[in-house]
Amino acid sequence: MADANTETATSKPIPVTVLTGYLGAGKTTLLNRILSESHGKKYAVIVNEFGEIGIDNDLIVESDEEIYEMNNGCVCCTVRGDLIRVVEGLMRRPGRFDGIIVETTGLADPVPVAQTFFMDDDVRSKTELDAVVALVDAKHLPLRLKDSREAEDQIAFADVVVINKTDLVTPEELAQIEDVVRAINPAARVYKTSRSGVDLARVLDQGAFNLERALENDPHFLDHDHEDHVCGPDCGHDHHHHHAHDHHDHHHHDHDHDHDHDHHHHHEHGPMSPIHDVTVKSISLRGGEMNPERFFPWIQKITQTEGPNILRLKGIIAFKGDEERYVVQGVHMIVEGDHQRPWKEGEKRESRLVFIGRELDFAKIEKSFLACQATETTPA
Amino acid sequence: MPTVAPLDLEGHIVAVHFLGDVPFFATAAGTIHRLDGGEKITEVHQGLLTCIRDPFSATLISGGEDGKVQRIAGDGSTTLLAEVPRKWITVVAGGPQNAVAWAHGKSSFVRSADGTVKEFPEERTVEAIAFAGKGLRIAAARYNGVSLHWVATNAPAVDLEWKGAHTGVTFSPDGRFLVTTMQENALHGWKLDGKPGENRHMRMTGYPAKVKSLSWSPKGKWLASSGAPAAIVWPFSSKDGPMGKAPQELGTRADIMVTQVAFHPAEEVLAIGFIDGMILGVRLADGKEALLRRPGKGAITGLSWSVNGKLLAFGSEAGDCGVVDISA
Repeated sequence: MADANTETATSKPIPVTVLTGYLGAGKTTLLNRILSESHGKKYAVIVNEFGEIGIDNDLIVESDEEIYEMNNGCVCCTVRGDLIRVVEGLMRRPGRFDGIIVETTGLADPVPVAQTFFMDDDVRSKTELDAVVALVDAKHLPLRLKDSREAEDQIAFADVVVINKTDLVTPEELAQIEDVVRAINPAARVYKTSRSGVDLARVLDQGAFNLERALENDPHFLDHDHEDHVCGPDCGHDHHHHHAHDHHDHHHHDHDHDHDHDHHHHHEHGPMSPIHDVTVKSISLRGGEMNPERFFPWIQKITQTEGPNILRLKGIIAFKGDEERYVVQGVHMIVEGDHQRPWKEGEKRESRLVFIGRELDFAKIEKSFLACQATETTPA
Repeated sequence: MPTVAPLDLEGHIVAVHFLGDVPFFATAAGTIHRLDGGEKITEVHQGLLTCIRDPFSATLISGGEDGKVQRIAGDGSTTLLAEVPRKWITVVAGGPQNAVAWAHGKSSFVRSADGTVKEFPEERTVEAIAFAGKGLRIAAARYNGVSLHWVATNAPAVDLEWKGAHTGVTFSPDGRFLVTTMQENALHGWKLDGKPGENRHMRMTGYPAKVKSLSWSPKGKWLASSGAPAAIVWPFSSKDGPMGKAPQELGTRADIMVTQVAFHPAEEVLAIGFIDGMILGVRLADGKEALLRRPGKGAITGLSWSVNGKLLAFGSEAGDCGVVDISA
């Protein structure tokens, strides 16, 4: 009988990719590629309408977006009722596919979709949110940001942003779009492409929500100058010190002490967006080793009180006396954290945390974050 | 321990029902297997999502990924009642006078015996439908409550409001109460025969998991439910239902969740199926337990008694099914 239990409990969760983006951003083209190219994997796709998906596939499920507020008094605790039903149905026959893709409508808020995979026990036990991918139409993004908040939310909430239709804009315009995307979301991986031609390996099976893998795959998390990031003239941080060091050598010792300011008390406000309609802001915090007895109550409190204004938070925390990196992820009021892997020899034990949201008091967040640091006198 | 005749099927079992003494096992793949002098198989859907026993006739009604609503007779023959291309049919219900209801999107549909279909739109997605025992009336569960519609008239719907998502719905056998399962770990009930101004709401909370299985006792005095490491059985015999009363907890097991409950058709005995495949029979009067099946390969997903109450059929999410003969 013990065997039977283990068997049921250990079936591997199915990865779920959430695909967002405005109408015309290229979602259908990307979906068609995922469904037709030979990559050896099969995907079940949940769409709002079949629309122009010209592929005959019995794993395409049409579903009406149905947002349910949870009855717990929290306005940001929303889930997608239709997804709960469809995922339950799909997971009764799991052998048919390797992953699930949820396509949202252009105007959809990605948050309830993502929260469904954390808040519903049935969905959570069988699936795992892999990544939220936002497609952005390079040509029309400025207009979208002007007339809607959703376009901004989609970028702010994404793990991967694909800037599509780059062939329709000038290099200068593209650079500006990249700056805007980066200003809204400094934690996302950003790719540029045309005709939705992004390498599918950059979109599927990312493990961005998986605490074990999220930051392992993204060793340059919050290093503001890795290969995918293109710093624009508006980037508000100092390039000189960061450009010098070798990001691929993690064993290299303490190479990036900045000389001109205290490295433990360093933060970067997201670069100012060149487009003024952006209301989402981000803050990237850096600190030294943290005292867990201060940090956990702090993150609990801040997500409880500021949750509605927090779209995403992600971070790596170094705890004093702890030999392992601790990673945290959050969506509104939901926060999850776990040990990821041991700190490598020579790896700088610092804590990094990014908040993306609206109307956040960054000065206060930073001050209270830094107050969670282990004091120098605390024995290790 | 009673004898168990096993039946091993492929994949997830969505439901198990009896028509007479013949057990029917509905698989998620879309086949229905019945044990009628040997195993017989009918292909009913390309992907089966729901299968219920029509309480008003000796048939089953099913809905599938293929958008079809089917009626299945005791000999395994099927009648196509509706087909909605590209829609998943997860909700079906059987009513008096051979009426059948199903839902997709934000509407319920009721098909009368003469084949006419009437649509009942809601503002939100219909999550479940139940027919009242008397008169042609449906209850459609949806976000923030339940809508009651008379099928034959154009009278406006009666709205029973309660905040939150209602995912299942059932009338008590005497028609005095309506109970829903919710997205939250709770049941909600309405007293339907209450006087104006009287509190008609019944909140039934405290479950550690979502309630997915409900069963009324033969005369409707009790409502059993899953969603806890015991069957939670609410008393409905008084005029105010379970208000102010504690439920019974039957078949309690530490940390092993109940996934299915089924009352015996004549006695106040409850069959309880667990997440590890074990099945207990428990008598309400004294809580006495009998082991009906040892743990198996997966959670019990279907549990039904034969009409004479001598056989109990079960199915699991792993496909291991069987029939327990309690008279043996």
